[in-house]
Amino acid sequence: MLNWFKSKKKNYPDFWLEYLNHFKSKKRTIIKETRFVAFDTETTGFDRKEDRILSIGAVSITKKTIQVNQSLELYIEQDIFKPETVKIHGILKHGSLEKISEIEAIKKFLAYIKDSDLVAHHAGFDKNMVNEMLLRHNLGKLKNKFIDTGHLYNKSKHIIYRENLKEHYSLDDLCEELNVPKTDRHTATGDALITAIIFLKILSRLDKRKNLEWDYLLK
Amino acid sequence: MKNSIAERVADFLNRYPPFNMISSQDLLQIAKEVNIVYLEKGDTVYNQDDSFNHHFFIVRDGAINLHYTLNDSDKNLNINDVGDVFGVRPLIAKENYKHTATANEESIVYGIPIDLFQSITYNNSQVSKYLVTAFATNAYDPYTTEENSKVFVDYLPNTANDVANFQTADYTKNPVTCNAKTSLRDAAIKMSTLKIGCIIVVDDQKKPLGIITNSDIKNKIATGKFPIETEVTNIMSSPVFTGKKGLTIADAQLQMIKNSIGHLCITHDGTTNTKIIGILTHHDILVALGNSPSVILKEIKRANRTKKLRTARLKANTLLKSYLEQNIPLSHIVKIMAQINDAISFKVVEIAVNRMPTPPPTSFAWLALGSQGRHEQLLFTDQDNALIFEDVDTDKYEDTKNYFLELSKRITERLHKIGFEYCEADMMASNPEWCKSASEWQTQFKNWILQPDEKAVLLSSIFFDYNYIYGNKYLVENLTETIFNTIDNTSQFFKFLGRDAIKSPSPVGFFKKFVVEQNGEQKDLFNIKNRALMPLIDSARLLVLINKIKGINNTAERYEKMAELEPENKALYNSCAYAFKALSKFKAKQGLLHKNSGKFIALESLTKEEKLKLRRCFKPINEIQETLKYKFDL
Repeated sequence: MLNWFKSKKKNYPDFWLEYLNHFKSKKRTIIKETRFVAFDTETTGFDRKEDRILSIGAVSITKKTIQVNQSLELYIEQDIFKPETVKIHGILKHGSLEKISEIEAIKKFLAYIKDSDLVAHHAGFDKNMVNEMLLRHNLGKLKNKFIDTGHLYNKSKHIIYRENLKEHYSLDDLCEELNVPKTDRHTATGDALITAIIFLKILSRLDKRKNLEWDYLLK
Repeated sequence: MKNSIAERVADFLNRYPPFNMISSQDLLQIAKEVNIVYLEKGDTVYNQDDSFNHHFFIVRDGAINLHYTLNDSDKNLNINDVGDVFGVRPLIAKENYKHTATANEESIVYGIPIDLFQSITYNNSQVSKYLVTAFATNAYDPYTTEENSKVFVDYLPNTANDVANFQTADYTKNPVTCNAKTSLRDAAIKMSTLKIGCIIVVDDQKKPLGIITNSDIKNKIATGKFPIETEVTNIMSSPVFTGKKGLTIADAQLQMIKNSIGHLCITHDGTTNTKIIGILTHHDILVALGNSPSVILKEIKRANRTKKLRTARLKANTLLKSYLEQNIPLSHIVKIMAQINDAISFKVVEIAVNRMPTPPPTSFAWLALGSQGRHEQLLFTDQDNALIFEDVDTDKYEDTKNYFLELSKRITERLHKIGFEYCEADMMASNPEWCKSASEWQTQFKNWILQPDEKAVLLSSIFFDYNYIYGNKYLVENLTETIFNTIDNTSQFFKFLGRDAIKSPSPVGFFKKFVVEQNGEQKDLFNIKNRALMPLIDSARLLVLINKIKGINNTAERYEKMAELEPENKALYNSCAYAFKALSKFKAKQGLLHKNSGKFIALESLTKEEKLKLRRCFKPINEIQETLKYKFDL
């Protein structure tokens, strides 16, 4: 039994091992200098077992700067296709976009995120979708720390306003609240960029307390 | 790989200069390499004395404050808002930043990689001109001469369609013709007596068979190819190119260029099968397009009716438009337009005098005042004028004055017909106040100078800039002499003028907001004449009066003269001259665009680069006002 587990672990492909390797030497740097990856997925629906990821968009943030040429934009070939969701994400089954296989997408995504802290809006959903995809290819779960912008926004509000806060903030709500233009909503990369900017804005509000600590951010 | 963010960045950049001057393909390439930088309030993009960055910046959201430290005090340079470009020094000079860029509020800026940008825009002169302007605007050394030569050249693409192109071509009706049997000698004699350059050979139904032009005679007769008595049919160019009545200038010009010909025969149905009704020459097209000042001036000189003067003046407007688009130096444009305006005024006076029932009882001089007097009138504006007549015996005074008032009335009416609006303040020679004998005028000016009051100062802006147009020049010279002699005896007048020159505050208020009109019909419009041009004009007049400079009326030239006289203030005076020219050009362009005097400007209608330019011109206004305050202890 123990052997079986061991042998499976040995069968992990190189790219996964390489991904895991990043975490062995991970050290915490100061928040300002840390690389964050904001990402978003477009899916065929909300069921983590049944639905599939059609597109992943990601941007990285270092020192409050997003480099456009360092962004990630993946479109994934899927057999499952739900016409009713096309109106949201706009990705056609046989559109003109250049698509890659799921395993290729995983390789690219992992190579991109490395050990960075991931930022997503309602991070739980995206995390589950990605993990499910990894599982389908017999890989482990993501090891990265997650930061949820919805949750973080709540924390950024002063205690006296907390009771007026909504239970659930959509990305659109935050765009309104934080005055972020809603260009390219519902494309993975567009939402990733919006999430990144929202993250930076919330961070600066939290940073007003100056000694923002990792514990607080990741909690 | 698709990069949606780059596309969105490109969409944004494309809305602002200089990026809107770059092809979309190149822009996308640049956008892919952009850095999106988030700044909290108080974050700095770069610091004064930092070595140069590999990026320059454009504000995406928020506002960036540019400031610098001088002698331990922090000075604000500018606040850039969405679409403004900053940090361009490394593009122009690889040296350390001269100012600090700090986020004035929460902001997002795009960092544009300099190397890539330069390699892409290497051959794009519009882009570099824009950046030089942006650089100069954010540079706090306002009078760097090396910039001045480049700053105000235009970078706007020439998009305006020349309206004249679509006018119907005005051809010569009843062209001179001869029949096929005519000898060349007879045809040539006909051409010579009628002073024309071509003759049409027609059949007995007046259908055009061919055309003989001067060059046909030169090439085929003078060279000895044909004898002089040959029949016209032997040397005519045939068949002729034809056009229909109502042909547009653009079409006619196209046909001429395509077939390399200089003449088009106009026939009833536009073919050679019908009777000829006219001839359109290349010269006609040039005249119609009005793109030659000499053609316009000739037209003015030949004009015998006010209507023709009006046409000529309208052509001058077209000419002005194309000059402005072609970036011909403003001083040159101003001179040509002044020539045209003066020629028109001269002709109007001449026609009016000739139509008076009796010749003038004594000699007189017609003066242009105000902007025309300063030779700065680019567009149709108000007419401001005055008349001086030679002193006559007291018993004849009444009749003489009435004669000249009547003459003036006719002149101003004609000017009005041509397009020069009546002066609202009635500062025209048709007003008995401004139609006076030589000695009356001298008394008048003495009073203004020795007992200055509000009214005198108000009038000074019009009357002290007079220019002789027509008549007895001696009368005008005498008046000038009197003015300068009187000025010698007083300094109070200068103080009045000085106070007037500094009364309009700086055109830019707090946070680079333009000072706009607060109430009335023109609410929220920027009055470029009162706010920007008048302070410069008033200051220049004061300076030349003090320095007794005669014969220079033009504001820019006045400053240039002052620069000569006071080398220590050369930079300031030159920058004033420059600002004045740039602002006049701006006003003229706005006027042409909105078909008015261009005096009031709706700021929202301005593009980014236009606002940039305007702001750049305001710096010298402040400076000259400060100098005057100091000089006259105001």
